[in-house]
Amino acid sequence: MSEQKHLVDVRGLKEYFSVGSGVLNKLELKAVDDVSFTIDEGETLGLVGESGCGKTTVGRTLLYLYKPTAGEVYFDGRLVTEKNVSEFRKDMQIVFQDPYSSLNPRMTVSDIIGEPLDIHKLYSTKKERAERIAELLTLVGLNSEHANRYAHEFSGGQRQRIGIARALAVNPRFIVCDEPVSALDVSIQAQIINTFEDLQQKLGIAYLFIAHDLLVVQHMSKRIAVMYLGRIVEIGPAKDIIESPIHPYTESLISAIPMPDPETARHKHRIILEGDVPSPLHMPKGCPFRTRCRYATKECEESRPELREIAPERFVACHHR
Amino acid sequence: MSEMPLLQVKNLHTSFFTDAGEVKAVNGISYNLDAGKVLGIVGESGSGKSVSAYSVLRILTDTGRVTEGEVLFKGENILEYTEAQMQKFRGSRISIIFQDPMTCLNPTFSIGSQLREAIQIHTDRNKEEVQARALEMLQLVGVNEPEKRLKQYPHELSGGMRQRVMIAMALACEPDILIADEPTTALDVTIQAQILELMQDLQKKMGMAIIMITHDLGVIADMCDEIIVMYGGKVCERGTADEIFYNPRHEYTKGLIRSIPRISEKHERLVPISGSPVDLLNLPKGCAFASRCDRAMKICLEQPPEEVVVNDFHIAACWNNVKQMMEEAKDGENA
Amino acid sequence: MSEYNPNIPPKKKPFSMQIDVAKFEAATDAEKAQQEVMRESTTFFRDGMRKLFRNPLAVGSMIVLLVILVTIIIAPLIVPYSYSGMITVDGKRDKSAKNLSPFTYSKLEQEAIDRGEKIFPHIFGTDELCRDYFIRVIYGARVSLAVGFFASLIVLAIGLLYGSIAGYAGGKTDLIMMRIVDVIYSLPDTLMVILLSVVLDQLLGQSLQNTVLASIGPNMLSMFAVFGLLYWVGMARLVRGQILSIKKNEYVLAAQAMGAKRGRIIRKHILPNCMGVIIISTALQIPSAIFTESFLSFIGLGVQAPMPSLGSLANSARQALQAYPYKMVFPAVGICLIVLSFNLLGDGLRDAFDPKLRK
Repeated sequence: MSEQKHLVDVRGLKEYFSVGSGVLNKLELKAVDDVSFTIDEGETLGLVGESGCGKTTVGRTLLYLYKPTAGEVYFDGRLVTEKNVSEFRKDMQIVFQDPYSSLNPRMTVSDIIGEPLDIHKLYSTKKERAERIAELLTLVGLNSEHANRYAHEFSGGQRQRIGIARALAVNPRFIVCDEPVSALDVSIQAQIINTFEDLQQKLGIAYLFIAHDLLVVQHMSKRIAVMYLGRIVEIGPAKDIIESPIHPYTESLISAIPMPDPETARHKHRIILEGDVPSPLHMPKGCPFRTRCRYATKECEESRPELREIAPERFVACHHR
Repeated sequence: MSEMPLLQVKNLHTSFFTDAGEVKAVNGISYNLDAGKVLGIVGESGSGKSVSAYSVLRILTDTGRVTEGEVLFKGENILEYTEAQMQKFRGSRISIIFQDPMTCLNPTFSIGSQLREAIQIHTDRNKEEVQARALEMLQLVGVNEPEKRLKQYPHELSGGMRQRVMIAMALACEPDILIADEPTTALDVTIQAQILELMQDLQKKMGMAIIMITHDLGVIADMCDEIIVMYGGKVCERGTADEIFYNPRHEYTKGLIRSIPRISEKHERLVPISGSPVDLLNLPKGCAFASRCDRAMKICLEQPPEEVVVNDFHIAACWNNVKQMMEEAKDGENA
Repeated sequence: MSEYNPNIPPKKKPFSMQIDVAKFEAATDAEKAQQEVMRESTTFFRDGMRKLFRNPLAVGSMIVLLVILVTIIIAPLIVPYSYSGMITVDGKRDKSAKNLSPFTYSKLEQEAIDRGEKIFPHIFGTDELCRDYFIRVIYGARVSLAVGFFASLIVLAIGLLYGSIAGYAGGKTDLIMMRIVDVIYSLPDTLMVILLSVVLDQLLGQSLQNTVLASIGPNMLSMFAVFGLLYWVGMARLVRGQILSIKKNEYVLAAQAMGAKRGRIIRKHILPNCMGVIIISTALQIPSAIFTESFLSFIGLGVQAPMPSLGSLANSARQALQAYPYKMVFPAVGICLIVLSFNLLGDGLRDAFDPKLRK
């Protein structure tokens, strides 16, 4: 299995930020602390976790929007470095969470979607460019007549579609979807989720789908990775993770999901975690989750658990499972 | 035995008069809330759910005004209270907690001083009593090390902790009604579960009524006695949780339920509601949802639907229900 | 199931509701589409202009400025006097035309009129050197406005460049550049002007003798120099702040993700979004520059005589305040009108275009 070429191969990714004022007072924020995963062609890997777990940083660091502190990213077998990253800009793209700040308010839709075409000189005549823009708008479900309007004239869901069209302009093979539906209303979320699925079916694009809403993630993803304080604590097939979570954090995460169904909600046994998420600036020694874990023992304080393969394709980082 | 409902909202209309025109945020909603019950108001952005609550407490921004309707609290119309009366009323009879505790707590004052202020405004206890009450409230909401916390500042606390402090402040004077405006939307899912459990516990202990405003159907499924679904500033339907989820009678509610991804054996494609939310500056003359509705009829475009009684526990404002009743009556005649 | 008594009214019979049965046919897509209307397309600019024109103070000040502008362009074409030459009657210099009140004539002029000559009235009278005061005020306004305009341009150019570099580069570069700004901010500007004018006078005094700049004088040059050296810091800070906040927007990150180079990002994404604030700030900078120039001229550090400026006119009028109060009134009112109009216009621009102030 290790011989099969993965489209995206992330190994040991680390991203540390130094925070704190003053020369002597530097604290290190380990936003991403040794994260590894792979994504195959046309596949969706879901990345979940709560705020501060580092999932957004993973997405951006993977695209070299932030310079990684350590670790390697391979795309289609080739190593991505700071020097050659511009060659990969056509293959790897990103869609952002906030439809309001991710589009330049001074540009028309045509300019926004056309910018990647201009940068990479993908079309030679104005007519071709306009046709491609119209094609992209239709692909994401927008009216191509609106190409000359400004972004602020559209609703949140429509703006998100514009962002998707922009990412698609260069025909990428992989898109990092950074919480693309979190800022949208429920009814619009469903539209955008369907759009993502349709595009994947049509164009064979792989996604790293980052979100905090587990229901959305399990709907979209073939595999799910669960992050906590900068580490992946569990990774495996989506269905398995949801139905039989192994890591204690994953367990409580799933039990905490508010189910939109009164019968299920009434009979659900909730595992309520005590306490709050520790600050990533002062991470607990050993396993980062032990401060809130029901099964924590002395061993958990002493050493950090690594990801172990418990079942085929199923990895968990815990001393007791 | 018909006890008077604690809160009666009758035909409330609220608009915002902005540079761009009149934004009709709430267009005639009516509901009742009985003492000790939990009412959930569900809707998406622009539905008017938060604005309706702010109208009740009269904390609308400068450009907002209640243009029509009554709000009766224990029989008295609080829309007619003077500002001085309202100030005595807010926080002591009806309290509210908001979505983002970071912006609702003053960053320059300690937790303790803000909590004490909430207590001092509405009671006349001396300093020791106020301090004791503050400690008591923090313990009640599950804040650990309460003495230490009272001296801390908002930025030193986590999101979940801040929300607990907000709840403590809101409940310090034992109000009859607690309005919770998207109280867990900004919180992580595990913290959300903690806060919701806390609210349910407190509700059982203190017996106040709660109005839970949210867009998350999951959050209200378990907590609420009655649910109102809002769209375009109007009530789409009103009923118990079981009725709303298992017997939805408004196309919008049905659409919402179909839009939520489920955990299921095979991957089912979501059935979203087409189109975009209604523009509150240009409300259509008929049903606000008609242009997005699969089962819209000509009458839906012309007249706003009247509320129809579905059963003892359920009201819906959708012309399709009237059509169904007409067909049933016809069948009844022919049979 | 929880107990529930929502005061629901009893079921109504359908036929008692008087409904037209035909209306219960399904609505067509075309009918539904009629309800969906996309609002008319406006750009940010058009929206802002609309707002601006609804503001009476802004519109009023625009009218005043327009009138002033037209006057100072047309007046020298109509009024046959020069600002530096004495009044002449029949070619001879008229020494009796000293300190005339508005709309009066000197003895010699009166005689000429009686003889049948047409003499243009002295709308503002004359000054102590027998020069027509109206034309001097007009030229004074020209100088003040020109100074205000060019000084603001200098401030804009330097401040914009400096601020954008600091803001975009960030990190240590930004730190150092901003500390320099802090130092400059703390220098006393009036003192600097005085020092610079002395220095420049010595340095350039000779070489400027026969050039165009001679008429402006070393004082003015030193004033421009001071603006160029000191007053740009406010703009730099503003631009830097704007750039820092715009950089945080995700569309900048998106541009990076699609492979845009730095130059493109600054040109297409950052600068267009700062423009609103920068233009407003420049508009408000003009009255400040005019006022500074007037003040400096008032204390004698402005333009060289005979070139008038509103400030220097006010200064010369100071001595004769008791005897000829009107001489102070005209330039003072001129300064007030110009400065006030620009300030109100700037405020109006800010109200119209600042997105944070939207209702």
